[in-house]
Order: sequence, then structure tokens, then C-alpha cells
Amino acid sequence: MTIRVLLPPPLRSMAHVNGEVSLEVEAPVTQRAVIDAVEARFPMLSGLIRDHVTGIRRPFLRFFACEEDLSLDPPDTPLPQAVVDGKEPFLIVGAIAGG
Amino acid sequence: MSGVRVLVGTRKGAFILEADGKRADWKVSGPHLAGWEIYHVKGSPADPNRIYASQTSGWFGQVVQRSDDGGKTWAPVGNKFLYEGEVGTHQWYDGTPHPWEFKRVWHFEPSLTDPDMVYAGVEDAAMFRTTDGGQTWSELRGLRGHGSGAKWQPGAGGMGLHTILIDPCNPKRIFIAISAAGAFRTEDGGETWRPINRGLRSEYIPDQDAEVGHCVHRIAMHRSKPNTLFMQKHWDVLRTDDSGDNWHEISGNLPTDFGFVIDVHAHEPETIYVVPIKSDREHFPPDGQLRVYRSKVGGNEWEPLTKGLPQSNCFVNVLRDSMAIDSLDQCGVYFGTTGGQVYASADSGDTWNAIVRDLPAVLSVEVQTLP
Repeated sequence: MTIRVLLPPPLRSMAHVNGEVSLEVEAPVTQRAVIDAVEARFPMLSGLIRDHVTGIRRPFLRFFACEEDLSLDPPDTPLPQAVVDGKEPFLIVGAIAGG
Repeated sequence: MSGVRVLVGTRKGAFILEADGKRADWKVSGPHLAGWEIYHVKGSPADPNRIYASQTSGWFGQVVQRSDDGGKTWAPVGNKFLYEGEVGTHQWYDGTPHPWEFKRVWHFEPSLTDPDMVYAGVEDAAMFRTTDGGQTWSELRGLRGHGSGAKWQPGAGGMGLHTILIDPCNPKRIFIAISAAGAFRTEDGGETWRPINRGLRSEYIPDQDAEVGHCVHRIAMHRSKPNTLFMQKHWDVLRTDDSGDNWHEISGNLPTDFGFVIDVHAHEPETIYVVPIKSDREHFPPDGQLRVYRSKVGGNEWEPLTKGLPQSNCFVNVLRDSMAIDSLDQCGVYFGTTGGQVYASADSGDTWNAIVRDLPAVLSVEVQTLP
């Protein structure tokens, strides 16, 4: 499946990409599978979306899709079908925090 | 003509300030790595074009950046800092056990001879080393494995390993300092360590002369006298002449002996510099006057250096990694402030000028003396 992913601007800059990226992800398409694919394509982002040791999402990042906040879903929960079908992107968003 | 390159880490990026040996006209480039906190930037003594930067973010964690062209371009290298073996616990602020947890790199210390070898001091306090130019990092676990590790406790700024001094005569001999554990020394390249805090007294711990628990802010060494170290502790300025086995206070006539930075003249091993800060509650210079204090006799007798520095309404701080000294014949001294100024003296501190005045808050200053 080709999954559309929108990285937060600081990570786009590090990965030298603009706008969305498209990644091949095998079923089942989950948060974990998508982040695995992001880190495989862009090794410089390894550890920046989720902790190297725990594998847990960094607390100031959120995962959105289809106008839903999926951040608190278990990482192996299947993503919405619209994301799997490539109709909607999987959004990785930096929380508004700090001044 | 020889020149200097000043490497500045700030809250929102890195800046590089370059000048020829006169150090009068400066070229400023940056922000590099814009928008990120740059805790520390340091070049390799063996290859001045090789520079390492600690890039951090509350959102994204740790990135290590490396430049191979003197800071013109940067590329991320390895950022995996994994504690080895059983992670264990240190003390939390309330005295309860707290698992060690990597937060950020506070300080890089490149090898004196190998540009691919770098030591990293991190929070929670531990020391790592790379031998492949930053691609992979391994913990020198003997430091945390020292029997006192469970008693270490963070200071207000976190439990960071912030100072790494390599003995130029014996690279297996390394001194480090941790807030708030104290100073430690290894004689075997980092395999085993011993605390070197005898003579330190700290009112904020139950046993004021404890083996560990002292909030050391910075230590400094002159390359020609590696057995002599100078220390700015939370309160007190001290020195040792036996490699840390015994320390004694040299605060003398300083207006306050609280502060963060301390450094040594490039060619005069008994000439040292501090920037007194009013107190641990009021992190700004006494009386709103920014003054570097210099002792030419190894401490106790200090003179204020004020020419070119603001002498009224100045309430900035100078953080622990924010002073550096070049090695030109007429030694240059540099420091950065939380107000975004980087001051330089091309005459060993007699007179000062601001190279830049309006950077983001300065977290670190290093200088490279270029051929």
C-alpha cells in the first residue's frame, strides 16, 4: 500500500523533503508500520518521532488522520481505511507547546 | 595570517563568528540548524574542519550534527545513546530512586588526535564515546557503575555531565564534572573512575564534605599543567594541584563566588577568568555590572575587567559552557550571555567588544585557533 505521510516542518527540513511523502507499507497498516517505514526511508529521523528505547511516541508529537486524533491508540491498531487507500494522509504534528 | 573561528550554540540555532588574527572585524554566519536548541558546538583539534554540534528539541529529542567543512554544511549522524547494562537508578529531586533516562548531550569533547573520536557528556549523567565520527555511540559504563551512582541527584538544570578535560600528556587520563554529583577522574581511558571532591564543601547537602553530591559548574585546565585544575562550583571557586585529590578555595576578593564559567589563559597557567553571578537565586551580575574577574596568581587575588562591558542595568547570565580562550600569541577571551551577546577580548581581557549583540540566548561558546 502507498501511504501518504505529512511530517512536521522541522523533520521535513532534516529529511530534505517538501510537503507529503509517499511510503510503501505492507498490511496491516498501523502507526508502528508507518513509523517503521518513515525511519527506513529517512534514517536521520530515527529516534525523533518515537523514543529509541521505549518505542513510545514523543509526548509533544501527535498523530492525526481523517480529522481524528489517533495519538493515544495502541501502535498496532489498524489505521483508518482512507489512509490505507491513500485518500487521506497520516499527519505527524508537533504540539503547540512553549512560547 | 592566522585567525579564529568562534562556535556559538544558542536556544535557536548555531552561529559561527570568524576573524583574522587581529580579531577586529568579524564575519557572522547563521543561524545554522535554525530553530533548534544547540547545546554545544565543538571542533576537532586534529582537524578544525570537523565540527560536532548537539542539536536538541523538546519535541524531537536529540540530533547530533557533524560538519566536515568548518561549519558551512551539516549532516546528522548517530543519535542513539543507550545506557549499557542494567540502567539502575539515581536520586530524584525528592530523594526517591529514579531510573536513568537519556535526555540530551550537554557537551562534546573531541579527541586531541583523532577527528573521528569524540566523548559526549549527557543528561542523565553519563559519558559516551564514538570512534567512527559520530555514527555510533557507546557508553563508558564504569562512570555510572561507580558505586556512588545511586546517590547522584540532578541540579535545577538537570543531571548533566557538562565538562570533559583530556590530559594532553596522557589521553587515558580524563577529568569530568557532573551537576550535581561532582568531579571524577579516570586513569584508564574511561574504564574505571574515582570521585575527586575532597575539599569541596556544599551547604545544600546533609554531609557538607560528602564524597559526591556537589554541584560543580565547571572545571578548567592549562595544557602545560594538567595536574592543576580550577573549579567554579555552585558557590566557591577552587583549585587543586594534585589532579583533584585535594581542593582548596581561591575565591579571595571576588564580589560573589557564585558563577558558572571558569577558564585559563592560553599561555599563562596561573591566569584564570571567572564571571561572578550574584547568587543561585539571582542569576545575573552583581549591581547590574557585567564584570569578568581575572587572577594572574592562580586565585585569591582578583581584578575586575570592565572596559567595553556594560556597567549598568545588565542582568544577563553567562552559562557554564559559554567561555572560551584562543591560543594566539596575544590570547583572546570570549564569552556569551543569555541576552544574546558574544563578547571578545583580543588582549587577554583588558578590553572587550561585543562581536554580536542580538543572538538568541547563548548556551555555549567555543573557539578554534586556525592556522
